[in-house]
Amino acid sequence: MSLQFPIYLDNNATTQCDPRVVEAMIPYFTNNFGNAASRNHPFGWAAEEAVDYAREQVAKLIGADPKEIIFTSGATEGDNLAIKGVFEMYANKGNHIITCNIEHKAVIDACKHVEKMGGEVTYLDVKEDGRIDLGELEAAIRPSTILISIMYANNEIGIIQPMREISAIAKKHGVLLFSDAVQAVGKIPVDVNKDGIDLMAFTAHKMYGPKGVGALYVRRKNPRVKVTAQMDGGGHERGMRSGTLNVPGIVGFGKACELCLTEMEQDAAHTSVLRDKLEQALSQIDESYVNGDPNYRLPHVSNISFKYVEGEGLMMGFNKNIAVSSGSACTSASLEPSYVLKALGLGDDLAHSSLRFGLSRFTTEEQIDYTIKSVTETVLKLREMSPLWEMFKEGVDMESIEWAHH
Amino acid sequence: MAYSEKVIDHYQNPKNVGTLDKSSKNVGTGLVGAPECGDVMRLQIEVDEITGTITDAKFKTFGCGSAIASSSLATEWLKGKTVDQALTVDNMDFVEELNLPPVKIHCSVLAEDAIKAAINDYRVKNGLEEIAFEESLVH
Repeated sequence: MSLQFPIYLDNNATTQCDPRVVEAMIPYFTNNFGNAASRNHPFGWAAEEAVDYAREQVAKLIGADPKEIIFTSGATEGDNLAIKGVFEMYANKGNHIITCNIEHKAVIDACKHVEKMGGEVTYLDVKEDGRIDLGELEAAIRPSTILISIMYANNEIGIIQPMREISAIAKKHGVLLFSDAVQAVGKIPVDVNKDGIDLMAFTAHKMYGPKGVGALYVRRKNPRVKVTAQMDGGGHERGMRSGTLNVPGIVGFGKACELCLTEMEQDAAHTSVLRDKLEQALSQIDESYVNGDPNYRLPHVSNISFKYVEGEGLMMGFNKNIAVSSGSACTSASLEPSYVLKALGLGDDLAHSSLRFGLSRFTTEEQIDYTIKSVTETVLKLREMSPLWEMFKEGVDMESIEWAHH
Repeated sequence: MAYSEKVIDHYQNPKNVGTLDKSSKNVGTGLVGAPECGDVMRLQIEVDEITGTITDAKFKTFGCGSAIASSSLATEWLKGKTVDQALTVDNMDFVEELNLPPVKIHCSVLAEDAIKAAINDYRVKNGLEEIAFEESLVH
């Protein structure tokens, strides 16, 4: 098969919908278009049956009971519902939440909202390897702590947190554990019971499903967890999330979960072999650094900094043909580079120089070979143009220069 | 965000990448920006002492496509101009020529600053007074 452009290696942003998922969804736009809440006619019955089946498929992937799955519009909604919903529901128990500083913005901003509502939030730092310090977590727990919110795996560097150790600490202190597991579910084995998670948000479009649909897992036993709804309406989803269900989306989400369950091992083996090939080849470039500890990573992610070239400039060299993303935030108004990379202790210069590669079950070896060649050539070309590279080669101490910060 | 064709052209075929002898008396070097901010530009001019004309200009830039394009364009504009004429180059000239979007205006400011810094370096080397420029508003 000849190589087709552009090549998509930005699978932490979103994934291609699997054709088998699309096929499963189509009838629910046309013939079976009913509202799952219409209890009195066959259109509603067909829709409800499809939703029930999908709920089982989704629950099975994470080892949950179908009744514990609350369908949402995606993980941003799940994050908000979990954090704000727990904060409101457990107000009489306390007002303190613990999270960490490499969480997704949806978690961090929901926590900021909680602070405005009178809550208190502790933002844990991560270690250089990208994982939280368990001692610090335990030390941060107070009598008023009601929730620990730690992501399962990070979106920028793919680092997996020690969820079982975290849940053991949460359990010991009687604190609920919520996890934003968007990047992990469907990619690595996630089991809410074995992992001891009480609430968990995830979304279809990161696992070869459609956009606009996700789920919040809410534990029903040991302990029974409840969240206060954040939208008023018809009381759907056991009163926790009102709104007509996105039936075709939910059907697609279910199918995507089923495929991930059966193909996870195969997908992980496929992506990790290609990821390792890519990473090893790009690590051959002088002054390139892999971000995040490779021992605790998702199988399909690699984040690499190419010192002395700037990420956005680097992407411009090949972004007609290869889609990746960068920790450089040159387009944002703040000019601040990735807060995740900075939290690992990277200097701003290295954060500006980073690229994130996210592979998928559809990635081919030819695509990776092309990417290795193209990225390497562009790095070398831009270094010839980089005054910093020249200084580095001449042995100039860049720390000694008084840079004009702007 | 899509780049303008002119930015892409300068990025793909940058003009006057290189290094002039910074110890030479008739070479002025401007190094502006900071690695932590994601852009560093080094712009160098070589001046004919008798005519005051810029005979050569070179750049090296660490930064995004717009920063590279702005510095490449700056070297093209500077060659053949007198130092006094070079002082009239304004950041908005870059914005217009390269069609830079608002988030990239800082690249044009950096290019203007680099020109001024190179001229001042040349002036100081040649016993002239440094010109005090107003602080750029965009910084």
